[in-house]
Amino acid sequence: MPQLSKDARHPVSCTLNGKEVSGYAEPRMLLSDFLTHEIGITSCHVGCEHGVCGACTVLVDGNITRACLTFAVQIDGCQIDTSECLANADGELSDLQKAFKKHHGLQCGYCTPGILMSLTAYLKENQDPSEQELREILSGHLCRCTGYVGMVRAVLDYCKNKTT
Amino acid sequence: MATAKEKIKYVGSPLERVEDNILLQGKAQYSDHLPTRAGTAHAAILRSPHAHAKINSISINKAKSHPGVLDVLTGDDVKEMSEAFLIVLRAPINQWALAVERVRYVGEPVAIVIARDRYIAEDAVGLIEADYSPLPPAIDQEEATKDDAPVVHEAAGSNVVSTREFSYGEPEKAFAEADKIVNVKIRYPRNSQTPLEGFVVNAEYIAGEDLYDVASNYQGPFTSHPVMSMALRVKNSQLRMRTPQWSGGGFGIKVQIFPYVVLMCLASKRVGRPVKWVEDKLEHLAAAAAAPNRVIELEAACKSDGTVTAFKFDQLDDYGAFLRAPMPGPLYRMHGILTGAYDIKNLTVRNRVVLTNKCPSAMVRGFGGPQMYYGIERVMHKVAVELGLDPLEVLKKNLVPAGVFPYRAAAGALLDSGDYPKAVELGVEKGHLADLKKRRDQARAEGKLYGIGYAAIVEPAQSNMGYLSNILPHEERQRNPKGGAAANATITVDPLGTVSVTADSIPQGQGHQTILSQIVADELGLTPENIKVNLDFDTAKDAWSIATGNYSSRFSSATTVACYKAAQKIKDKLARIASQTLNVPPKQIGFANGMVFDTANSENSIKFYRAAGAAHWTPGALPEGMEPCVRETGSWSPPELESPNEQDQINTSLTYGFVFDYCGVEIDRDTGAVKIDKYVTTHDSGTILNPLIADGQVFGAFAWGVGCALYEEFVYGEDGSFKTGTFADYLVPTIHEVPEPKIIHMESPSMVTPLGAKGIAEGNCMSTPVCIANAVADATGEQDLTLPLIASKVARIVHGEEPPPPSGDKVEESHATDGRLRGDGETAVPAPSDLVWETLLNPEALAAVIPGCHKLDEVEKNSYQAEVSLGVGPVRGKFRAKVALSDIIEGKSTTLSGGLEGPLGTSSGVGHVVLSEEDGKTIVTYDYAIKLSGTVASVGGRMLEGAAKALVKQFFNRLTAQITGQKDSGSSSGVTTNGLWAFIKRILGFKS
Repeated sequence: MPQLSKDARHPVSCTLNGKEVSGYAEPRMLLSDFLTHEIGITSCHVGCEHGVCGACTVLVDGNITRACLTFAVQIDGCQIDTSECLANADGELSDLQKAFKKHHGLQCGYCTPGILMSLTAYLKENQDPSEQELREILSGHLCRCTGYVGMVRAVLDYCKNKTT
Repeated sequence: MATAKEKIKYVGSPLERVEDNILLQGKAQYSDHLPTRAGTAHAAILRSPHAHAKINSISINKAKSHPGVLDVLTGDDVKEMSEAFLIVLRAPINQWALAVERVRYVGEPVAIVIARDRYIAEDAVGLIEADYSPLPPAIDQEEATKDDAPVVHEAAGSNVVSTREFSYGEPEKAFAEADKIVNVKIRYPRNSQTPLEGFVVNAEYIAGEDLYDVASNYQGPFTSHPVMSMALRVKNSQLRMRTPQWSGGGFGIKVQIFPYVVLMCLASKRVGRPVKWVEDKLEHLAAAAAAPNRVIELEAACKSDGTVTAFKFDQLDDYGAFLRAPMPGPLYRMHGILTGAYDIKNLTVRNRVVLTNKCPSAMVRGFGGPQMYYGIERVMHKVAVELGLDPLEVLKKNLVPAGVFPYRAAAGALLDSGDYPKAVELGVEKGHLADLKKRRDQARAEGKLYGIGYAAIVEPAQSNMGYLSNILPHEERQRNPKGGAAANATITVDPLGTVSVTADSIPQGQGHQTILSQIVADELGLTPENIKVNLDFDTAKDAWSIATGNYSSRFSSATTVACYKAAQKIKDKLARIASQTLNVPPKQIGFANGMVFDTANSENSIKFYRAAGAAHWTPGALPEGMEPCVRETGSWSPPELESPNEQDQINTSLTYGFVFDYCGVEIDRDTGAVKIDKYVTTHDSGTILNPLIADGQVFGAFAWGVGCALYEEFVYGEDGSFKTGTFADYLVPTIHEVPEPKIIHMESPSMVTPLGAKGIAEGNCMSTPVCIANAVADATGEQDLTLPLIASKVARIVHGEEPPPPSGDKVEESHATDGRLRGDGETAVPAPSDLVWETLLNPEALAAVIPGCHKLDEVEKNSYQAEVSLGVGPVRGKFRAKVALSDIIEGKSTTLSGGLEGPLGTSSGVGHVVLSEEDGKTIVTYDYAIKLSGTVASVGGRMLEGAAKALVKQFFNRLTAQITGQKDSGSSSGVTTNGLWAFIKRILGFKS
């Protein structure tokens, strides 16, 4: 375990959306603050800062993670994925993103990147989930705009097209 | 290829949103992502732990000298640098951006630290020492109206700061002639739709220009722009307000960012660099804004056939500790349609505004509608029950009939279009009400608690800016009559013919870019992809007015019209240009498929970009008198929005949609949980501009309606402590709690807007809570229903009050019931009682025993002061403790009283300790009762008792170790307790 000094800024490096990045963080700096204000990405949204809303969800080595409950220094050397990695290099949306667009699965878009990452990790492990299973995974996210209807339709449509 | 004549129409089609590509990729820049220049400082705010207290002193020296801190401001600084905020009423209710002399609600800003980064700023907030003398608070809104209630603003003389009475038609006659009078008394709770993104302010004072430049996620209405500029003592043009294109939800609440805009402006002026502040969720829940809780006593005069002939409203709206502009809007925004969807000609109203020691109320989606319709639709349900009629039949019997539009409602609303009976029939038929009734019969036959509820409401959109002037008597209004609501949009066609649009709608995710692109594409004969809509906003550059912003369903009947008008101007200009080339009169020119053409001969055409380009490339060849370039602003204020008339009638909004809902609910007999089995919502919102987006607005409003009906409430203790400071306490519906409603549309185009569109985003906020409540009433037979209908509340209805426990069982009072943490117990310490006594009274020994104690001084005999670190759940911090011992019986017993104070909260309490000896051990018997307020009470509520027990155990372990000289093992066998620390803690006043 690395020895960290509480007042020092420590170098933190990670693979973020496929690219090597590095920055500095005090031991108490949250991963959400590190990604937004030290690295400068725009896809880790801070909602509640107590782990309930899910807006800050990113993948750490493929695992669904609340960036607001993680210290930046914990992810040194890890692979971090956010919704910025889902579209292809030309900016064409992924099939899941397209389904969200088609079914109006988002309004203000603040909760959306976190939801997409939870679904991305989940659907990797579960190719053919039931609606109930999808609702379970989505229940880890709060959305105040949509009433969740569009996102359920989107992910069901996505799964249906995936399997046919 | 389509010919020029085959025009595609985008308005009305379910176009996918142009906003979504950037949002789905997470590339959108919300306010927290906006660039800040080097040297930008960050702010954190110290907030009041008391509901009501006098500020004795605020010591900022330690905070100010903390490394990285630039400055600290308190209310005295702010009072010197700024004016109190203007309010709607002429009453001495002064509010500055920080509390001055008194704090009046838990969470009120008391001081601001400006530092190099936010982490340091928060550290320094913990170093500010604020000393308060608590005052009795006014919490319950009805109690607060009484003569002996504590007064929130002494200068105002009373908590009831406005009373207005209105009468329309012949209500006395209607009541005198009624066959029956039915009444309800409802208490609508405090709640808020709580956007996931909180407030963000970036403010910079630019000294050379004496200008404040602010980027924030403010949402308007810009009636509060002069409130801010006057507070800052500058002209409007010296306060530049910018909002980014992207905002993480608003729902009305982001209007209330304005005190923080002023605060950050002052902070920036003080430190000479930009200051950024990002609100956290506790700050948001405790102190951003809430919809006003309202008590309505509503009487309906009825005929025995169910016809309602008059309403008598008595409304008491609770605005919390301050009236902030545009309050008391929720009480007056719905005024013109106080008769709802019903043809009721006679009406009396008494409106009272009361202040209490709670967070100030403000705009929240629905804006007065949820409260009002909860009264109206509950009384209509009860009319049916008391007359032995079917609720749906009573509803139908009283609807404004078909064929009477435009219809002037009793209090002045001009209902613009619709066919309410037809919409109800449509909903009944397409939603299969008959099947739902069978389902209810079957469920009841199986012994289930199942009910069906109905609600019919009129949904207003685009507020008349004059609605609040009805709070003044007619003579006073006459001096400065107000009415109307201006909207602005600008379209630019550049030299290459590409089109861009700006507008004053300031959206938070509603899809305004998409809809404006649809409108402009239709008008100019282009495709939406070719219209770039940019809705970031800048008061220094964009056209705006006081009505600018996103609130009260303003977009679809206001900004869209301004945009449509701007497009007409562009068309007029380009038609004149093209008429020169095409040799036909301008009236004969059409626009389609990227072409400008002769409508009599579509082959005679030029490309759109060439027609527009002429105004840039060859301005000299333009028709005589025509100005160069192509940029037009459409401005609009509908003539129907007049000032209130002599009879106090006012057309409070421009358009009025209609919503008819019904639902079936099943109540779990064991738990009381309400499950929505089926929900049908029928909307007539005029012309639908984009069905995909329209349904999205309905789904979102419905979800919040479900939250209001079943889960959401800001809870305060009797002492004013705030209990719902996290999303684990303020319960927001997850995907499991929100079923998909069936939506049915009907379209009766508005006659007062060129596009025929009305609002659609607030209807279900108003209809759904009461529709669900009516279904619960149908299921249980209980008519006295107060939202939210949480399971425990419904269980009490189903089962009655919980019976007392079998005799002999002890009832533990919970902190949740009276706001006090109570406990008692006894423990054995393996030492003689005189030794225990000595330890407890010895400052040095006690300091070593109290968990988290840094130092403990005896300030005078039997009076101690200590510094301790404590934490509950996510909250951890330093507190100053004061404890005094009294009623001392040497070696035997004492009473302890005192409290804790710190940036995370305060507590005060009393406890008793009695020592006795038994078999060489000391038996310590104790009890305590502690009052808690501030952050710990707000976020740690569920953990308090557990934390108290842990602390008590830790205290006795350490006491034993201290006395016996053993090392605290953490589970010393000599101590079997769950109480003493609680006593200290209660003495010290704290949990955690």
